Amino acid sequence: MPNPKRRHSTRRTALRRSHDFLTATGLSECPVCHEKKLPHRACPKCGEYKGRQVLEVKEAAK
Amino acid sequence: MRHRNAGFKLGRNTSHRRALLRNLVTSIIVEDRVETTVAKAKAVRPHVEKMITLGKKGDLHSRRQALSFLMTDTAVTRLFETVAPRYGDRQGGYLRIVRTGFQKGDGAEKAFIELLGAEKQLDEKRQKRAEVKAKKREELEKQLEEAKKEQGGEEAA
Ligand SMILES: [Zn+2]
Repeated sequence: MPNPKRRHSTRRTALRRSHDFLTATGLSECPVCHEKKLPHRACPKCGEYKGRQVLEVKEAAK
Repeated sequence: MRHRNAGFKLGRNTSHRRALLRNLVTSIIVEDRVETTVAKAKAVRPHVEKMITLGKKGDLHSRRQALSFLMTDTAVTRLFETVAPRYGDRQGGYLRIVRTGFQKGDGAEKAFIELLGAEKQLDEKRQKRAEVKAKKREELEKQLEEAKKEQGGEEAA
């Protein structure tokens, strides 16, 4: 069976992992309640989308 | 390449998928709005539009075609008498899909799909539901208060 000939240095590992990272989610602001929300989706906080109430939202959360 | 791979399979075999889509189309026509996953909403859209095209034609043959696809007769009547007349001068694009969040359990993205021009009925429906909910809550609070009073009385005696 083929096996590695040389030990990997920590530097080599770190170099490989230099491209492993997460990017932040792109967020937009709700025009009604100014909460951050995912773009192209109804606002989970106030239930509005494109100027219309589309979801039922608990009063306490408003 | 995804050439010639149009359409949605939804992880089901042909008969299961056909039954699911027929049920969804029937529900959308009867209820004006249905909450489902984004994939299913996108998959039913063309089927609903085809039904509305039949409804706009309005002759006996198209009525029979609709009857053979939709699950209930009431859905066909509603399609021909209330849904299709809304779209007299519109050529397609009868539905709206709005993403609403993510499902608990498998994290699937949820959306609702609704018929254009049904906003008024939907808003009324929501208001009615809210009123019923408020009434139920009031009654429950009353009952709780009475129970509390009774308990207090017993302790005093
Ligand atoms: Zn909002």
